[in-house]
Amino acid sequence: MTSMNLYLLAALSPLLGAVLAGFFGRQIGRSGSHSVTILGVTVSLVASLIIFRDVLNGQVFNGAVYTWALIGDVTFEVGFLIDRLSALMMIVVTSVSLMVHIYTIGYMKEDLGYQRFFSYISLFTFAMLILVMSNNFLQLFFGWEAVGLVSYLLIGFWYKKDSAIYANLKAFLVNRVGDFGFLLGIALVLHYAGSLDYVAVFAQSENLATQQIELFNEVEWSLVTVICICLFVGAMGKSAQFPLHVWLPDSMEGPTPISALIHAATMVTAGIFLVARMSPLFEYSEAALSFVLIIGSITALFMGLLGLVQNDIKRVVAYSTLSQLGYMTVALGVSAYSAAMFHLMTHAFFKALLFLAAGSVIIGMHHQQDMRYMGGLRRKMPITWLVSLIGSLALIGFPFLSGFYSKDSIIETVHLSTIPGSGFAYAAVLIGVFITALYSFRMYFLVFEGEYRGGTAKRNHTGHQHHEPHESPMVVWMPLVVLAVLSVVSGAISIESILFGGYFDGVIFVLSSHDVVGQFGEHFHGWLAMGLHGFQTLPFWLALAGVFVAWFIFLYSPRARARLSVFAPITRLLEEKYFLDKLNEWCFALGSRSLGGILWRFGDQKIIDGLLVNGSAKLVGKTGILLRRMQTGFVSHYAFVMILGAFALVTIWHFGK
Amino acid sequence: MLTNVIGSLSLIVWLPIAFGILVLVFGGEGRERISKWLSLLGAVLGALVVIPLWLQFDRSEVAFQFVEFSPWVDTFNINYHLGIDGISLILILLNVVTTIFVVVAGWEVITKRVSHYHAAFLILSGMINGVFCSLDAMLFYVFFEATLIPMFLIIGVWGGPNRVYAAVKFFLYTLAGSLLTLVALIYLYRLSGGSFSISDFYATSIPESAQVMIFLALFAAFAVKIPMWPVHTWLPDAHVEAPTGGSVVLAAVMLKLGGYGFLRLSLPIVPDAAQQLAPFVIALSLIAIVYIGFVALIQKDMKKLIAYSSISHMGFVTLGIFIFNAEGMQGAIIQMVSHGFISAALFLCVGVLYDRLHSREISDYGGVVNSMPIFAALFLVFAMANAGLPGTSGFVGEFLVIMGAMASNFWFAFAAAMTLILGAAYTLWMYKRVVFGDVGSEQVAGLKDVNAREFTMLLVLALVVIGVGLYPKPFTDVIGVSVSTILELASVTKY
Repeated sequence: MTSMNLYLLAALSPLLGAVLAGFFGRQIGRSGSHSVTILGVTVSLVASLIIFRDVLNGQVFNGAVYTWALIGDVTFEVGFLIDRLSALMMIVVTSVSLMVHIYTIGYMKEDLGYQRFFSYISLFTFAMLILVMSNNFLQLFFGWEAVGLVSYLLIGFWYKKDSAIYANLKAFLVNRVGDFGFLLGIALVLHYAGSLDYVAVFAQSENLATQQIELFNEVEWSLVTVICICLFVGAMGKSAQFPLHVWLPDSMEGPTPISALIHAATMVTAGIFLVARMSPLFEYSEAALSFVLIIGSITALFMGLLGLVQNDIKRVVAYSTLSQLGYMTVALGVSAYSAAMFHLMTHAFFKALLFLAAGSVIIGMHHQQDMRYMGGLRRKMPITWLVSLIGSLALIGFPFLSGFYSKDSIIETVHLSTIPGSGFAYAAVLIGVFITALYSFRMYFLVFEGEYRGGTAKRNHTGHQHHEPHESPMVVWMPLVVLAVLSVVSGAISIESILFGGYFDGVIFVLSSHDVVGQFGEHFHGWLAMGLHGFQTLPFWLALAGVFVAWFIFLYSPRARARLSVFAPITRLLEEKYFLDKLNEWCFALGSRSLGGILWRFGDQKIIDGLLVNGSAKLVGKTGILLRRMQTGFVSHYAFVMILGAFALVTIWHFGK
Repeated sequence: MLTNVIGSLSLIVWLPIAFGILVLVFGGEGRERISKWLSLLGAVLGALVVIPLWLQFDRSEVAFQFVEFSPWVDTFNINYHLGIDGISLILILLNVVTTIFVVVAGWEVITKRVSHYHAAFLILSGMINGVFCSLDAMLFYVFFEATLIPMFLIIGVWGGPNRVYAAVKFFLYTLAGSLLTLVALIYLYRLSGGSFSISDFYATSIPESAQVMIFLALFAAFAVKIPMWPVHTWLPDAHVEAPTGGSVVLAAVMLKLGGYGFLRLSLPIVPDAAQQLAPFVIALSLIAIVYIGFVALIQKDMKKLIAYSSISHMGFVTLGIFIFNAEGMQGAIIQMVSHGFISAALFLCVGVLYDRLHSREISDYGGVVNSMPIFAALFLVFAMANAGLPGTSGFVGEFLVIMGAMASNFWFAFAAAMTLILGAAYTLWMYKRVVFGDVGSEQVAGLKDVNAREFTMLLVLALVVIGVGLYPKPFTDVIGVSVSTILELASVTKY
């Protein structure tokens, strides 16, 4: 098989599965639908693994599949760039996707939209592969918007729920704000570089860095800064960075498997991937990197805080995702692209694990998502408990687990960085460690430890009689176990090659003055030493403090918990999500509708139609009436007007001379 | 071959008109079936005769192709002079395909004066082809004006309750614009030394001040037709009152006569004035994109919303034309074709709903997906296409125009790209309120999903919209040379 066919196989087999399950779902039935889609994704995973092996052997591919359009002297193509970055992403995407596909068999088994759901998640896998495999900005944008579309469809999967169809519209529109910037960035690239092909554009990045662009009168901006910030606005939408993060918590209205796949492991990391891919551009703009760094720090710290007050188990994980995306963005900002990609990978595993485990809890609790009615599930759901504990420990960066290696690398590289804003970022990521441990273990203690608070008489929101919680079926916990294993080992086995072994050489470009990963590498003596050293570092003690506080307040001392009411104003601020949703609602949603109303009623109806169109019709009518009145038929009137006219003419002639 | 007797362009122009007359003759009261089938035959044949043209068209040829010439009014040197370039060809294709959809759309719905209805559309279709084929300015003008009559009748006879106001508004608005064009053409006749040939106009040098006057006179006609802000207010009224088929033709094809006029006449004949006044046209285009985007957001009537969306999308056409580069102009033309298919499809979707509930109010719906899942899926394709989602034709035009605008000025691109947000907001908000949610009312619960006729129609359109989005090259290839020719003509100083 030629490599091109292999790439096409990897990308298109999920699409084929999606088409079969989507259009012929009724004919092939439920088991037919999940079989074809799982087969499609499996084929894709196997192909990705083969591609990964080839790439490790030094095989890099960059070529077109077909020409999309030829305009003037620009060729727009659809094509693949298969290198170590895309190969890594392909494996993350297809492996998590496969786990989610299998899990879905159990999770959605009672849902009427079973076939439709499988079709959507396979379609998503296809779109995500198109995004990561692209060799140009145009196709990147295709994949970018296609994953947005599937996300829209899946958040609104339960289309009867008002909250779901509100959330999906919100998600699409907020993402569109990001895409607005992204498209401008692409337009700038095309105009100044004359091509949308990555390699051709990156070859000119030094040249772009020397140019200036005048956006406002007399104010010159570095061209590459403007390009990078525009592109990053797109990344902020997709990767839910402050202030475009508002859609992600609401996206939890969708079924849990897609929260894991799309809104934690893959789609939301597209923005991180984007910046890593564009490193040859970002490296030439310290201003843009600084911007990325600040946005990332704000997201990492302040979104984590919001996780502290959530009672919905999925929302806690959602805010945790926001915060972790912030960590990745911080890493990008300090030019530690490889650390960002490393955290992207480990996060994909442990966050998918946490989401799917939360889903398992939700099934076990018969669709109860409120943690206040849980507790003591450790004994009732032992497998879910164990994997959740592993996931939480990985998330807070417990030594030797995957999250430890990636998060510690980020913290260390931020510490070494000299990019403006790195001081703030360092403080943010350190405090973030404490916060992460606090909300994670608040969730852990509320759900798994203590006494069961569900009660038996309590009816849940679906109105069914409440049953005792129970462990989920094997089809649900099997993927959890696989992901748990990955969450444990994926950091230790890959840190050396990904960060320090030159895995990303020739793919990710870092100026030597920004090379914090390289500096960090000087202190690196293997995964074992790093893990052991981890017990002595500040982040470990911060995390431990977080766990301790969580244990004390939420498990050990109910009185301490009652005392939390002194923080009421802060709690309210957090519960209202810093009032950003209200602001958006008032300022943008209501504001643009009012503006539309004013323009329509006043501009279109009053001025254009009322005054100009119907007004000129009336004017013609009125003039007619006036003219008719003048035709009186009396000779004396005509003679009088004639005399007046003659007098006027003489006057004009006289003075005109 | 028939084309040996009659030129292939003449066939394209006169075949639908001949069928229209046949329908009038053989249709009539009590013979609705004959009228319908005869119309369908006419529409399909009208489309089939375009296929050889599409295949034989030389994509690298600069000159007009398939030229026909015979004297018409000798006294004024007016000739029956036909010929096409890629831009004409692609718009002819759009027109003949739309005609088939219109005939099918009115199949069961129109019960009043069936033969007249279908004949009006066939005759209109031929006349529109006439506009796209004319190389004689007088012939162009005659066809251009003649299209008003069938559309006036379609709105006035088969329209809604307020049809007379809408029809008269439509007629006077567009007529007022085009009368000035006539003056301009006669003036050009004098300047060119007694010719109405468009190619002669291209070669005529014209003083600068006269160029501005001619430009404004032509602009009056084309700006109203397309329509540009602020002369757009006839369109929402016309759409709301027109029957589904009328809305489809109006949005899909008739608006494009304006864009075509700019490309065929304004730019090449008075290039200096066009360059000089471009900032003014660009400003109006950007206002249309943004202002109308906001106005569309608050519409309560689905047809009005789509009408406003059309105006906003036409802003991309005029913007693309007047930024004078290949990306922009190709984008503008693709946008015309794409908008033709998308708006046709959206109006057909509203028609599907209207035929069932007899309401166009968004608030009368809600939860349509529960009773009409197949319809909901197809409707979503068109809603997304209207929002410019990549992979649909709606993206291609907008993308290219934004790329072209960036070459001109960052802020042009910035304002144009606002449509990414606004277009998605008004389209998907409407879609949400109509389609998603729990069943809104008993009537909605009782809705029947699309029948075979409606399904076929919408499916074909969906495939076209997605096909063009994934692979626009065949279309951009057809217009490539024509666009560079026009850009070259438009860059010459003529005074």
